[in-house]
Amino acid sequence: MADSMVGPFLKGNTGRNTRGILRLSILCIIAAAAIASRLFSVILDPWFNFRATKYLVSNGFYDFWDWFDDRTWHPLGRVTGGTLYPGLMVTSGAIYHALRALTFPVDIRNICVLLAPGFSGLTAFATYLFTNEMSTSPSAGLLAAAFMGIAPGYISRSVAGSYDNEAIAIFLLVFTFYTWIKALKLGSAMWGAMCALFYGYMVSAWGGYVFITNLIPLHVFVLVCMGRFSPRVYVSYCTWYALGTLASMQIPFVGFLPIRSSEHMSALGVFGLLQLIGFVEFVRSGVPSKQFGTLLRGFALAVFGIAFGGLVLLTVSGVIAPWTGRFYSLWDTGYAKIHIPIIASVSEHQPTAWPAFFFDLNLLIWLFPAGVYLCFLNLADEQVFVVVYAILASYFSGVMVRLMLTLTPIVCTAAALALSHLLDTYLTIKSPTPPADAALDAAGNATPVPSKKAIKQDGLRSMRQPLVGVYTTFSKASVVSALTVYLLIFVLHCTWVTSNAYSSPSVVLASKMPDGSQHIIDDYREAYQWLRQNTKEDAKIMSWWDYGYQIGGMADRPTLVDNNTWNNTHIATVGKAMSSREEVSYPIMRQHEVDYVLIVFGGLLGYSGDDINKFLWMVRIAEGIWPDEVKERDFFTERGEYKVDDGATETMKNSLMYKMSYYNYHTLFPPGQCQDRVRGVKMPDHGPVLNTLDEAFTSENWIIRIYKVKDLDNIGRDHAAAASFDRGNKKKKASKRRGPKVLRVE
Amino acid sequence: MAPKRNARDSTPSSTATITTTATPVPVPTPSKSSLKNNHQSMQEIAVGIWQNYLDKTPQRTKLIDTFMAFLVVVGVLQFVYCVIAGNYPFNAFLSGFSAAVGQFVLTASLRIQTNVENKAEFKEVSHERAFADYVFGSLILHFFCVNFIN
Repeated sequence: MADSMVGPFLKGNTGRNTRGILRLSILCIIAAAAIASRLFSVILDPWFNFRATKYLVSNGFYDFWDWFDDRTWHPLGRVTGGTLYPGLMVTSGAIYHALRALTFPVDIRNICVLLAPGFSGLTAFATYLFTNEMSTSPSAGLLAAAFMGIAPGYISRSVAGSYDNEAIAIFLLVFTFYTWIKALKLGSAMWGAMCALFYGYMVSAWGGYVFITNLIPLHVFVLVCMGRFSPRVYVSYCTWYALGTLASMQIPFVGFLPIRSSEHMSALGVFGLLQLIGFVEFVRSGVPSKQFGTLLRGFALAVFGIAFGGLVLLTVSGVIAPWTGRFYSLWDTGYAKIHIPIIASVSEHQPTAWPAFFFDLNLLIWLFPAGVYLCFLNLADEQVFVVVYAILASYFSGVMVRLMLTLTPIVCTAAALALSHLLDTYLTIKSPTPPADAALDAAGNATPVPSKKAIKQDGLRSMRQPLVGVYTTFSKASVVSALTVYLLIFVLHCTWVTSNAYSSPSVVLASKMPDGSQHIIDDYREAYQWLRQNTKEDAKIMSWWDYGYQIGGMADRPTLVDNNTWNNTHIATVGKAMSSREEVSYPIMRQHEVDYVLIVFGGLLGYSGDDINKFLWMVRIAEGIWPDEVKERDFFTERGEYKVDDGATETMKNSLMYKMSYYNYHTLFPPGQCQDRVRGVKMPDHGPVLNTLDEAFTSENWIIRIYKVKDLDNIGRDHAAAASFDRGNKKKKASKRRGPKVLRVE
Repeated sequence: MAPKRNARDSTPSSTATITTTATPVPVPTPSKSSLKNNHQSMQEIAVGIWQNYLDKTPQRTKLIDTFMAFLVVVGVLQFVYCVIAGNYPFNAFLSGFSAAVGQFVLTASLRIQTNVENKAEFKEVSHERAFADYVFGSLILHFFCVNFIN
């Protein structure tokens, strides 16, 4: 057989080398697959990060650090350098300069586009390392790396061109956990320091670092409660905390948060707890006594209680900042909707729907519990970590769609553990027919069985055949082939999901024509290009914040609000302008020097992510600031329906957003057939009248509509009067004219 | 170097003998009940611990301990100053204080790792390795502190 030919390569020292090379090449292939599967369509998407990176590359690091951006959040501006996580830009800037130094003339744009796929390859490698720490089986790590490479839950945020913080953050997350496990296992201060360094990098890259900040202390706390405190725990945790906290405070955006905000207090608390335990242990080493153990535990728990009470007291008295709203919304999913609509309005912050788990993780999600169970079977310190991580991440991913991202690594790891256990059991078991020593190199769980069977060698014939159950080739073949089929289906699913759901950038919409060919709807870019070419360099664009970054990046025009939602009041101002009557909105727009208003309208095409569907959020956010002037209730009909057709409320019909959306829309249709294809309703025959705005541009499929804000009237009339004069409505104009005349007579 | 290590190696054997001799010392005195033992001889226990410590600990560890005590004093001083005189340059206070705390923790780690009793826990960390780690950690720590001090 082939065994004789391959044999020499798989045994002894050469064998180890061959296996090493094999493993390395498999890892390389996995990384290549991970990168390749993210290249379905390449369009640079989050434009702010790209703009920031360009700024960093052209102006240098220190200017970037002090960058004040006056082209966003007009008229406030934004202290960009101090309010972003610089990790992503600095990373790509460093890569750019490194490649330049190596005389590779690359464009920073290419680096930005390919950064996420590149780092996904590294993530696969980090997952391999992480899983290898969990399991002795060599296949677990490789499986985990493969899963991580193609799991849609991770691909969703790391396709080529999705140049976002998560692109590098997930790699850092996994690698930080790897270094943590390494530090804990070895009790090495160096690995603890490495963990702190990567933690600091992670802090600079993504707000989700809080997950690490809480997970590691929780792990340690669980270990302590299980009575597994050891000097290794002390060394690794204290090194990590002391260095990691300092590292995290270097980022201006984080600043003093690690010692002020409650989210970070658990880490501090566990740090204090470990000091106490360490001290007590130290004292105990001087006084050997059995009772000391119980005394110690009582003492530690009491101190912990006191510290916790003190923390609560400090929080209540306001010394430590209370939990931020985003954090509350993690515990109470209804909280955000009531108190902070700006958070709830982001679709990523919605609670996850059940199918999303299967959609994003497919096969892995049902292997996941099995993997966690296997961790219980063999519960060392690092397996406790998997269990804690699994529980915490499962909960959080259920609360917010976005946090599915933090669940994915552990699901991959756990699933790989389960699957490799299965495969090891079924592939490497040798049939124990020659009962004496053939079973020697079989897997560990196979050994007790043959010895038992061997005794009964001379019983019944069926008994003499010891190959019952899992030893038959048939059972092995069936299980292994079933698993292979599952894995292949998983790959198919991943490819399908990636190509269909996650590779469509938000700026370009793809649709299928009736004959199956692809039709690209490019309205966004058309509109941004129009803005770039037809408006003044400093024309201020008002739009809902979702499009702020895109306008800033693709049209290069100042915006009022953008995706960095740091100023709720300013967003509410835009919301108010959109949801009020023209007479109210116009002064607001004048005050903010708005030149153009940009809205997204999907009625013609049936594009459901348009502004009318988001409109209620604008109303809610505005209502949060001006409860007297904007009322959500007014936008619903008597029967509580949200209507845009004839039955819409007066407030709705008079709101600027409604008018802009449906302005001139009826002219597209023959009389009586005007229809909104998103809401699926028939529209009234005469559209709304706009007085203070001029239609400036409407894209091919009407997705983007841009209006120009009229200047003040030349002869001091208000716009309604001027417009009605232009229409030839003499009567109205006359009545308006008569008013002042009477006054003059007096 | 070699003779010193020999000296250190010889200490555990002596400590072992000392502990065996030291443990009986408190036992006979409060012979009646262990509960009473707790209340009665707190002072004695403290003295016993101190004595035990003086006898048992190798010279190098004592040096580390002195340094740790010094760091505690520095940290407490800074904290007291912060409470009394206000924390105006907060960055400076914070980096000073966390330098003290961080250095303390790192030193404690070094002490734990080099402790002979913990040999079993730290199979892969030799004394030299522990010291190298300590230097590495301290370098990072002070780099961050200096950067943070403004």
